[in-house]
Amino acid sequence: MKPQLSPAPRDEDLRAYLPAIEPERTISDWGRSERLEGLLDATVVSFLYHYWFRCEVEGIEHVPSTGGALLVANHAGALPPDASMITKAIAEEHPRPRKLHLTVEHFFKGYPFFSMFVAKIGGVPAHPANVHRLLADEDQLVLVFPEGAKASAKLYKDRYRLRRFGRGGFVEAAMRAGVPIVPIAVVGAEEAMPTFAHVGLLKRLTGLIYFPITPLFPHLGLLGAAYLPAKFKLRFLPPVPTHRMGAEPWDDKGLVQAVADDIRVRIQDELVDMVGRRRSVWLG
Amino acid sequence: MSARRVLITGLSSYWGGRLAQALEQDPAVEAIVGVSPADPTCELTRTEYVRVGTQHALLKRIVQAARIDTVIDTRLIVDSGASSARTAHENNVIGTMNILAACGGPDSPVRKVVFKSSAHFYGCERDDPAYFTETMRRPHPPRTPIEQDIVEAERAVAAFGGRNPGVTVTVLRFVNGLGPDLATSHSALLSLPAVPAILGFDPRYQFIAEDDISGVLEHATRHDLPGVYNAAGDGVLALSEVVSLLGKPAAPVLPPWGTGLSASVLRRLGVKLPPEMLQQLRYGRAVDNRKLKAAGYAFRATSRETVQAFAEHLRVRSLGPAVGEGYQYEREVEEFLRYSPAVRGDDRLGLGRMTADQLAELARALNALPGRALPGPDPERARR
Repeated sequence: MKPQLSPAPRDEDLRAYLPAIEPERTISDWGRSERLEGLLDATVVSFLYHYWFRCEVEGIEHVPSTGGALLVANHAGALPPDASMITKAIAEEHPRPRKLHLTVEHFFKGYPFFSMFVAKIGGVPAHPANVHRLLADEDQLVLVFPEGAKASAKLYKDRYRLRRFGRGGFVEAAMRAGVPIVPIAVVGAEEAMPTFAHVGLLKRLTGLIYFPITPLFPHLGLLGAAYLPAKFKLRFLPPVPTHRMGAEPWDDKGLVQAVADDIRVRIQDELVDMVGRRRSVWLG
Repeated sequence: MSARRVLITGLSSYWGGRLAQALEQDPAVEAIVGVSPADPTCELTRTEYVRVGTQHALLKRIVQAARIDTVIDTRLIVDSGASSARTAHENNVIGTMNILAACGGPDSPVRKVVFKSSAHFYGCERDDPAYFTETMRRPHPPRTPIEQDIVEAERAVAAFGGRNPGVTVTVLRFVNGLGPDLATSHSALLSLPAVPAILGFDPRYQFIAEDDISGVLEHATRHDLPGVYNAAGDGVLALSEVVSLLGKPAAPVLPPWGTGLSASVLRRLGVKLPPEMLQQLRYGRAVDNRKLKAAGYAFRATSRETVQAFAEHLRVRSLGPAVGEGYQYEREVEEFLRYSPAVRGDDRLGLGRMTADQLAELARALNALPGRALPGPDPERARR
């Protein structure tokens, strides 16, 4: 059964009744852990951002400083590094650094250890009601990968070719919350951990969403989680406003699809441009 | 409409008793009648206790005779560790049906029904939203017998509301209650020297303090809150956070696969692990409490404060049993205290609770008695 759509805005404004912040706590109501995030940032993420992927960021000013916004990016890599690089880019480059929540598949909530880890680094199951609460009520930044697992599962030969953008649910969520959509094009993640093939039998045995063969996995075991040092480029594109599209635009499925397609085309064009200018996968 | 003549079902339950105690303090509440098949567990001064189960013919007579305007149903069993599945079903589904039958009908004086339900209504599943709002339905059919019972009971309450448009029906979905006086499967779990958990999961938990449970019930009794309301303390804790607030280690002894099997081993060892709790230990659950806050209720404790208070209680409890025995209901003593002319007190008849109008009416009635003439209402009293 499909999860229900997010509730339409209620007549009375319930934002005033959100729980107060409890400063002694290190875990948020969403299960996000400051400590684990800080630890990861100090050890892995900073290193990857500055020295391994040498991230280059353009257009960070397109991320709004206040209010909710939905960030939409292309997705790649068997263990995708793009989410943490986008998070880090906003923390490093933005004049008013903000945390962002990342929507993840429901699968992660049901799989042991992933369920702990993903929630603690800011992952939120991609339920429309969750996205709505974050965007409309809590004024947060939310990052979605509309391609979902179709993108991280795709093979190296299909790199930088965007998959279908779901059913446009992300556009609907942004419209309901009346927040802008900020498209992001990421180059480099495809080469950091490319997938050459999938092993169907092992996927079924482990219950994972896919079981990939990458340059280092599974033959190097845990070392297979290491990334190749591809050069990363992140380009934030001008925001697409959704609050002036008429009354209840989310009911107009045609409009939703048109906006979703438009965003997909903009990211795809940007990727083609960025890959075209790139002289080396490793040096940029 | 504020309640004046109240019937509390499940008076022997913790929340039923606490609610009755709270309502006794309010002079605007004229009559409080409590029914339950077992004796009350806390001391009550003016609540009338009738030992009766959920036979609707008997209940209907009580409702009619006492002109009850508000029925508060606190009797739902929401913890399958507390009784057998059969008793729970009998109580939750058949009992609710009977109580609603006793409240309904064209000649019924009942104007308000408050039904205490549970957040188990929503279940705990992988693809749940992070916060359930009242309008959401559960994404999957109920998994455990107790959830099935709660869903059925709520369906009966909703149908009752549809048939009786003149009655205000409030459904309160409580999350796990926690407090020194509250004995649930979760308080038993958190009292263990190490808290069992499922390996690889850190579920989100909300708690409601025991004061807030009775507080919310009282709020719904005093004010008109038609519809469904979630009741939960502010804030959502991770189980690891709960455990560290309690100052205990977590023991991830339940494996992520084959959890049911190892849980049955632990049950043999005396650990209470009802099936709905296993679901919660895996996926966790949180509800959106903002509708109730918007309806004017101010929670006294957050989830975190509730757990902290419980932790303090556990530390004190380890000092040994408290001085003085718990309350024991003795029918003869209670009836003596309430009705015997030998009992002397400042205000044995409860005149102080009466309004000036009521006292005047009483005086008129006494004056009308043949051969009696009393002075007018005592001005001292009437002012009080």
